[in-house]
Order: sequence, then C-alpha cells, then structure tokens
Amino acid sequence: MTVDVLYFAWLRERVGIPRERVETQAATVRDLVTELAARDDWHAAAFADMTAVRCAVDQELVGLDAPLGKAREVAFFPPMTGG
Amino acid sequence: MRARVQTQPFDPAAELEGFGAGAGAIVTFTGVVRDDTGSMAALELEHYPGMTERAMEGHGDTAARRFDLIDWRIVHRHGRLRVGEPIMMVATAARHRQAAFQAADFLMDWLKSRAPFWKREIGQDGSARWVAAKDSDEAALDRWQAMPR
Repeated sequence: MTVDVLYFAWLRERVGIPRERVETQAATVRDLVTELAARDDWHAAAFADMTAVRCAVDQELVGLDAPLGKAREVAFFPPMTGG
Repeated sequence: MRARVQTQPFDPAAELEGFGAGAGAIVTFTGVVRDDTGSMAALELEHYPGMTERAMEGHGDTAARRFDLIDWRIVHRHGRLRVGEPIMMVATAARHRQAAFQAADFLMDWLKSRAPFWKREIGQDGSARWVAAKDSDEAALDRWQAMPR
C-alpha cells in the first residue's frame, strides 16, 4: 500500500525532507520504522533513538506497536512541546 | 471554531468579547514567550497542520463534557514569535469557578505534551535549539487519569 510519511521538528531536519510517499507492506508502525531506517544514513539517524520518537497514524497519536491497517498518513516527531 | 491556530498575534481581551454568556465563572490563561537565558532572539513554533486543529477541537470537547463547560476557546500561534508576545490562550466558562479553573488547567496540561507543536529557541547569535519535553509536563497530564471525574 501507499502511505504518506510526514516528519516534524528535528526528525524532519535529520531525514532532510518534510514528507515522502512510501510503498510498504509493513503491518505495524514499528515495521514501517525498520523499513524507513534502512533507506539511508539520514533516515537511520532520525530513528536512531526510538524513545525520543512519537507517532501519529491518520492524525491520531498511537504507540509504535499500533497496526498500520489502511493508514494513509503516518507522522513521526519528537515529544510535543506546545502551550 | 472554538480552537484556532494562527501565525498572527492576538488580543486576549478581544477574544473574550461575547464569550461565555450565561456563565457564572470565566477563567483565562495566556502563555507568553519568555527568555530564561537572556540570549534569545525569538521562539519558533512548528505544528502539524490538520492534526493540530482536530486534536484541539477534540480535546476541548472532552474538557467541556468532563467539567460541564458552557463554552471554551483555545488560540495557539505558530511561526516566529518575539519575547513578551502571547503564544497561546485558553478560556473556559462554567457555572462555578472550580470547574472553570480545573478545565483550564486540564486543557493546559494536555496542550503542553499532546498537542502537536514543537518549540525552537532562536538565539541572538543565530543559533537554533529544539526545546526538550519535560518529564514534569508528562506527570502533570497523568494526574488527570488518576483524578475522580
């Protein structure tokens, strides 16, 4: 399936792009991360410390073991600092 | 829309015109850009367009149900902000003050660590540093889970 992957804050800076379209068979967010991290050194650097990475699937916050299902948009970002 | 994201400055007093008609208590909180180091030129906020608005509307509705609010507002800025400028505000209107205070506190704790915003401090020397999330903000959010409704 085709998924739009979005990056924010320092994950965006490390990957070098704000978004990309990805073809994947990943079952979970974690599987998708494994695929993305294998793409190149920039992706690997972005996902080097998964304790510092948060994720949203179709704009809902989820854990790394969440199923991708029929997700159209997956976003990765550091812990949020609003307010 | 009761939740709004924008780059432009806002006037907290103007936001309250006509707000909370029929309420017995209105609480507002305004967050302001501060400079703890004395070397900050600006604060930059990045957000996740689409998710931010959806999440803020959703959480505002949750607060409204939990605290029986008559009305609520969230205004949050993104982009480049100067020291001393308002970043965001919440306003809650309820029959009694306890619900209005609690709801504002609840919304703030959520905004700090669950609304998709990321702050970056821009130094006077042009340097840029992402602000790290605080464990204390996470703990502040957790206490609402434990609290009887």
